Amino acid sequence: MRDDLLVLARDLRVKFTTGVNAVNGVDFDLRQREVLCILGESGSGKSVTLRALMRLNPPTKTIMSGTLELGGRDVVQASENEMSDLRGPFVSMIFQEPMTALDPVFTIGRQITETILRHENISRRKARRRALELLELVQIPSAKRRLDAYPHELSGGLRQRAMIAIALSCRPKLLLADEPTTALDASVQIQILLLLREIQQELGMGMIFVTHDLGVAGEVADRIAVMYAGRFIEEGPVADLMRQPLHPYAKGLLGATVHEGSRGKRLTTIPGAPPDLRDLPGGCAFAPRCTEAEGACLAHLPELRTPVPDRAARCIHVDDRPAAFGERLAS
Amino acid sequence: MTEIATVSSGLVAPRRILKPRRASYWRAVGRRLLRDRVTMVCLGILAVMALAMIFAPLLGLYDPLQGSMIRRLKPVGTPGHILGTDELGRDMLTRLIYGGRLSWFVGITPVAIAFVVGGALGITAGYAGGRINMAIMRITDVFYAFPSVLLAVAISGALGPGIGNAIIAMTMVFIPMMIRISESVTTSTRNLDYVEAARSTGASALTVVRVHVLPNVLGSIFVYATTLVSVSMILASGLSFIGLGVKPPEPEWGLMLNTLRTAIYTQPLLATLPGLGIFVTSLCFNMASDGLRAAMDVRA
Amino acid sequence: MLLYTLRRILYAVPIALAVSLVCFMLVHIAPGDPIDAILPPDASAETVALVRKDYGLDKPLPVQFGLWLAHVVQGDFGRSIANRRLVADELVSAASKTFILATTAASLGFVIGCILGGLAGAFRGTLIDRAAVSFAVGGVSVPHYWLGMVLVIIFSVTLGWLPSMSAGPGDWAWDWLHIRHLILPAITLSVIPAGLVTRTVRGVVVEILSQDFMTTLRGKGLRRLMLTVHVMKNAAPTALAVMGLQLGYLMGGSILVETVFAWPGTGMMLNQAIFQRDIPVLQGTTLVLAMIFVALNLLVDLIQTALDPRMRRT
Ligand SMILES: Nc1ncnc2c1ncn2[C@@H]1O[C@H](COP(=O)(O)OP(=O)(O)OP(=O)(O)O)[C@@H](O)[C@H]1O
Ligand SMILES: [Mg+2]
Repeated sequence: MRDDLLVLARDLRVKFTTGVNAVNGVDFDLRQREVLCILGESGSGKSVTLRALMRLNPPTKTIMSGTLELGGRDVVQASENEMSDLRGPFVSMIFQEPMTALDPVFTIGRQITETILRHENISRRKARRRALELLELVQIPSAKRRLDAYPHELSGGLRQRAMIAIALSCRPKLLLADEPTTALDASVQIQILLLLREIQQELGMGMIFVTHDLGVAGEVADRIAVMYAGRFIEEGPVADLMRQPLHPYAKGLLGATVHEGSRGKRLTTIPGAPPDLRDLPGGCAFAPRCTEAEGACLAHLPELRTPVPDRAARCIHVDDRPAAFGERLAS
Repeated sequence: MTEIATVSSGLVAPRRILKPRRASYWRAVGRRLLRDRVTMVCLGILAVMALAMIFAPLLGLYDPLQGSMIRRLKPVGTPGHILGTDELGRDMLTRLIYGGRLSWFVGITPVAIAFVVGGALGITAGYAGGRINMAIMRITDVFYAFPSVLLAVAISGALGPGIGNAIIAMTMVFIPMMIRISESVTTSTRNLDYVEAARSTGASALTVVRVHVLPNVLGSIFVYATTLVSVSMILASGLSFIGLGVKPPEPEWGLMLNTLRTAIYTQPLLATLPGLGIFVTSLCFNMASDGLRAAMDVRA
Repeated sequence: MLLYTLRRILYAVPIALAVSLVCFMLVHIAPGDPIDAILPPDASAETVALVRKDYGLDKPLPVQFGLWLAHVVQGDFGRSIANRRLVADELVSAASKTFILATTAASLGFVIGCILGGLAGAFRGTLIDRAAVSFAVGGVSVPHYWLGMVLVIIFSVTLGWLPSMSAGPGDWAWDWLHIRHLILPAITLSVIPAGLVTRTVRGVVVEILSQDFMTTLRGKGLRRLMLTVHVMKNAAPTALAVMGLQLGYLMGGSILVETVFAWPGTGMMLNQAIFQRDIPVLQGTTLVLAMIFVALNLLVDLIQTALDPRMRRT
């Protein structure tokens, strides 16, 4: 049962030595071939969570705790060498900014082959052939010539494709994508997105996808997690969650009506400001901005409630008796 | 290009200057400085040295020029001459303190002149832009095409020995450096939004410079100048060391170091004392300006 | 790149001209009649008349500059006042000695600076960092002529290991007999570039390590050695630029160290010229050293451009 589990996170926390509590107890599972989308306001800890999965937050400035397993291997305790063995063949990441995420003084080809050569015992020539195949896979035109190009010689879209090629170079089982299209032109965004989904299905990877775009989430994701102040305050299958969000924050975020063709629709803004991550309130972090808040919300952190199997939310107003949930659905 | 070597260490990055600097900013800088122990120690040492030099005549020292043949080259620790005596039997402590007066004077004056002249030219070039900028900066480029020590040696060598000539030569070295810094800081300040705004409302150039540009620019230029003092101290004493600059029998650290070279076999410790003076001064100025720069590098 | 090279070389020509103008002016800022600056006081009346005519000393300054420049480009820097020898002849041997000293010192400083600066940047905030930064501040603050004396006291006077004077007997050769003369002056002269390179490399490494692509590289599973290669390749253009400039500064600024160690290079020549108020030697030496500096600047610029793929094709 657990064999197909790519990620297992329980009470995952990330704190920085600056005093910022960026991730404050995240629980989730990710199975093979599954795509999880993380939504949330800026600063809610999405990028830090993704980097934590690969333990890529600055090592000397980060304190990680809780349970985190990638394919059954403990990430919190692993040595740096064990981690670096996982990065590439098991998990890899696509970053938001293709401008700055590639080394400017190395060719694209070199940046792909060095990854392959690091993890696989094959010849330089073979690695280069594989790099070429990868560039073709991500549909970079005249791929052969592009192998010897430097990042600054490519357009933003091509650079992001090259970034994807690097991430795929060791056929990872899990691909993390941190707003991979935000920095690109609208038309290019769709191409990259379609490409990613296609490749994900073709290679059968699990994927965690951070985005601000509801439409993108709706199209790409199997499941959605809504993040607030370093916690998943709601998680569930994409269709259910979008149709009927449970948590007041998720409701606000997704707007009153979400219908088809909502691609390009940005998350609705909610009045008020997110809490100070240095000094989090004891209870529900959203309570100060919540229209449904009451005294009990501030008393202690609401536990995860599961009104129906497969859905969960951190709100005391969510009734976790399946019957009651059904009633509300009907009404 | 050329600036990398000389300038990279001495500049508050202009892009860090985001807002006009107000009194509260300088108070914050002051607080940070007070908390920086290394910088405070350096400033303390410099202050003690300065006080000793200023009040030298009141300290009950010997005559710095009057020697005695029987007391020549007494070692450090001789009763009556704590730091010994030099090759002409003059008290070392006395000469070190009086020597510091000249060394500091020749070291600091060129930087001070360059701060005023170079700063004014650089701000003019940066603020005016266009042809004026071109003219000033191209001339600066020429002086940058000389290694600084060579330029100082060549000019003061041609002019002949003497304190005045050494100061002129060194000023010629530092003015281009000050111009470059103040030009680049001014140019980047000029393009900041609020300065643009002030210009567009039709305020006179002088007003804009005084109210908006100077408060931003002066701090950075000043920090750079304090870094130059350290270079200047070494250069000033160096000129005297090779026979340019201060002439004997005046006490000056570089000159003393040169005349004591013959004593390295008999009194090695004694022979190195004047250099220690230069080293400590230069080191303290360097570290203090590092501290000042760090303290100013806050986004207040 | 070719276009850039040409443009850069063209830009160096007016600089070189202006630099020679400054050197030309040295004779004229010397107090008194220029003829007294370029001829010994006991020169015969014919010589005076000849030189006066040859350099057009009765003509306006621009003409004089032209005539002087015509001499200089043919390698004629005049004759020394002190020994009446051709300045150019002495310059060749002296400049080669200075070059040996300066390149050795610059290389030494570069190696030390890169190691210390790299370590300091990689281990920012640790004891290593603080030690390297202190070394750098010390290196740029120490009067190197004094450091030279201290080294002489320790290694020549007290321990007797190394000589304190001259460049060894006869012509220079890379054997121990000569190299032992080079060690102390080279170490002395290297502290300045070592300090500056340490500072620069530290800054560059800190900057590179803070860039996004370092996270990408770690995310690919690269080990420390490979990461170091990436950092080095990114840091190389800046480090080399500083090093090249420092070589230029050392060529022109070795006068103090050469004086301390009686190293028979251009610095010694300058020193003697100053003592004897030998303006032709002062002028010729300054001009040659400044031209070397201009050329090095140009070279450094071109190399830096060639090393950085982002600038190569513009
Ligand atoms: N290396 C770090 N050191 C200290 N604080 C950090 C670090 N990285 C992130 N943070 C802080 O952690 C919090 C969460 O940041 P994160 O980048 O995860 O937000 P995000 O949800 O990805 O936002 P966005 O949508 O803007 O990308 C922020 O307050 C940020 O300032
Ligand atoms: Mg983010």
